[in-house]
Amino acid sequence: MNLEDIIQETKTYYCLECGKCTSVCPVAKYDPSFSPRAIIEDALLGFEDELIFNQKLFSCLTCYTCQQRCPCDVDFPVFIRKARAIAQNNGQHGICAHSGQLQSLARLMTSPDIKQRRLEWLSDKYRTSNDSDVLFWVGCAPYFEPIFEDIEFRALDITEASLKILNLLGIEPRLLPNEKCCGHDVLWTGDIETFKTLAEHNAAQIKEVGVKKIIFSCPEGYRTFKLDYPNFGFDVGCELQHISEFLAERIEKDGLKFNEVKKKVTYQDPCRLGRHLGVYDAPRKVLESIPGIEFVEMQYNRLDSICCGTSAWTNCDSYSNIIRTQRLSEATLTGAETIITSCPKCQTHFRCAMVDKGEEKRAMPSIEIMDLANLVASAMGD
Amino acid sequence: MDEFEPQIIAFCCNWCTYAAADLAGTSRVHYPANVRIVRLMCSGMVDPMYVLKAFEGGADGVLVAGCHLVDCHYIDGPEKCDAMFAKLSKMMHVLGLEDERLRREMISTSEGTVFARVVKEFVDQLKKLGPSPFSSLRKEKVAV
Repeated sequence: MNLEDIIQETKTYYCLECGKCTSVCPVAKYDPSFSPRAIIEDALLGFEDELIFNQKLFSCLTCYTCQQRCPCDVDFPVFIRKARAIAQNNGQHGICAHSGQLQSLARLMTSPDIKQRRLEWLSDKYRTSNDSDVLFWVGCAPYFEPIFEDIEFRALDITEASLKILNLLGIEPRLLPNEKCCGHDVLWTGDIETFKTLAEHNAAQIKEVGVKKIIFSCPEGYRTFKLDYPNFGFDVGCELQHISEFLAERIEKDGLKFNEVKKKVTYQDPCRLGRHLGVYDAPRKVLESIPGIEFVEMQYNRLDSICCGTSAWTNCDSYSNIIRTQRLSEATLTGAETIITSCPKCQTHFRCAMVDKGEEKRAMPSIEIMDLANLVASAMGD
Repeated sequence: MDEFEPQIIAFCCNWCTYAAADLAGTSRVHYPANVRIVRLMCSGMVDPMYVLKAFEGGADGVLVAGCHLVDCHYIDGPEKCDAMFAKLSKMMHVLGLEDERLRREMISTSEGTVFARVVKEFVDQLKKLGPSPFSSLRKEKVAV
């Protein structure tokens, strides 16, 4: 694949150079050297090297804000993803957050000889069953556990809360002991080969166990399964649902009721769940059906929601930190005591910003942050 | 079939362990040639990524070695290294890597013999374990 093919595929040639993408881009707002419009212009003028060897290629959050506003429907995030694939082929691996550990883990997982110990955290408290029709996708949570110890983030809390919810609703989900990374991060950093290997493994595993439904607590995995696996020709052949959609469905169909939780909350739309997949109402419906919850919207919500500042563990720099701080201040301004989000990564990034040891620490807004699954779990049971 | 020769990547701090390896050499203490030493200024600067990269490249074991707690030229390098190593070990444990393939040692400048002993022990251990579970990712075979 070369630049010309990408231009054809993503219809970049329709670009009017109106600059709407740059004016709404959360990165371009703070980073003057990053401009989606200028990147597209480079591509259209045929400056392949300038584009590929520009480290700013890895600054894009692929949050889809630009694509939503583009009058010509240019798919900028996919353009970036494909341009990154060319960059990878040319030995440009970009600057990745956590020095690329997460991408490296995904690459290591492609080895067929590994025997992961990913379910060691599972206790008797949760009921799982190997004959179940419903699969719960654990995702990277067991790996996030040690990596994010020092920012006091326990990704497995979200997984455990989700299992508790499913158990209380009478579902004993199946967990896969050898599921591998869904490939989201390597795909969006342009490492297509690794992505394909992982997707092939996961799709084969799921077909083998023959489940009817997969429930995700992570929007990135959900997006990858829903859009990218079919795009690359991997079919898992079953229904896919995010836990918020699953809960909304139960509320609507079975009249699911919750206990009272007194809290004033606001909601952060994860870009993968919101703009990528258009799921805005389900999490709000869940929040509104919990008695005692006072729900307030942030100034920028739903389609206009602002990204948490890093995606797919690519470039995380001081600009990312400003995006986060701004978003946190926006949340504090609503008067809410808690930000609810339904993406473990949003939570990681916001927590990281709040414990940052940098100079700006004094100015950093401090607000509780919680996953939707945790909130729902606390509103269920005794 | 030839006997399996493990490949070890050793991250050694410039002030202590690298000097210890040097001392082992100058004092003609024999140790197996399976180890490739990467010299770093401090064990506190070892990023988990270095270790992951070593495994991606096909290393069968990784040794992270530096000064003793009180000897650090940069005050708290070994403490940082210990904290990093604890996190890394947990992560590699989930990934299914045998815990013995990762080794953290503190070897000071004068301990050339200790360095040789550690490498010998490590090689014996890895020979028992066989190739690393990631060895299939190795692109080309490197002669030991």
